[in-house]
Amino acid sequence: MGEAGEMMAGTTRRWLLKGALATSCALLGLVGSAARFGARAAADAVHWMEDAFKQKSEADAVKALYGKTAEASDKVKLEAPEIAENGAVVPISVTSALPKTTSIAILVLENPFTLAAAYTIADGTLPAVSNRLKMAKTSKVVALVEADGKLFSATKEVKVTVGGCGG
Amino acid sequence: MASTIRVRAVAGGDTTEVQSLIQHPMDSGFVKDAKGELIPPHYIKVVLFEHAGKTVFTAQWGPAVSKDPYLKFSFKGGQKGDDLTVSWVDNAGKSDSLVAKIM
Repeated sequence: MGEAGEMMAGTTRRWLLKGALATSCALLGLVGSAARFGARAAADAVHWMEDAFKQKSEADAVKALYGKTAEASDKVKLEAPEIAENGAVVPISVTSALPKTTSIAILVLENPFTLAAAYTIADGTLPAVSNRLKMAKTSKVVALVEADGKLFSATKEVKVTVGGCGG
Repeated sequence: MASTIRVRAVAGGDTTEVQSLIQHPMDSGFVKDAKGELIPPHYIKVVLFEHAGKTVFTAQWGPAVSKDPYLKFSFKGGQKGDDLTVSWVDNAGKSDSLVAKIM
């Protein structure tokens, strides 16, 4: 083989590479779009609790969410800063030590709408969640945990120096 | 187009820890723009995490969840290399999804 042979080999290799790339891209595209479609239907199929998210008081939100009242429990751990410098991003974590925890919800009592987030804990999923919420002003934050059909709560006040609702 | 979803799922021991970040404005409907006009509410309502054909975690959100929302949770099971599907839907009917590999 001489130079020409090497060139040929180089060209072939490039072709192979190009072909392989194109094929894998096409495959990825197909897999991606199929998965996309299926997953989209999945999230779409979940019924969003519109009524609960509309409520403007703790009592109404709890009633719309669970239809029962909560009992304070030290088995519900609510982690939130004492003082939030930026109300637009307040890190909040909730952990439940109660067996058979099926859902966790977080209320910010002084926000325009009380309910901020609600999580469904599947069997086999650990009863803990961390997220970031907006707070309009200093407010009590309430963590609700449904476990074994009963409702429990923990409350903490978070002082907000700059509100998260801007404007 | 790049996905709006970034997810990191790490298997360790008998649980898989999932952290996700979704790019989304999460407009509350209470904030005014530079012209003094209210920006209409635009927020994610539902996020779903699926593993091995089963929903492991469902988030229902209102407009009080921060911009570019972050989530962390863990579930039992999940092996390195398994698929974890994340999908979301917002109040404008927009959606996105991503299949991530558990690390």
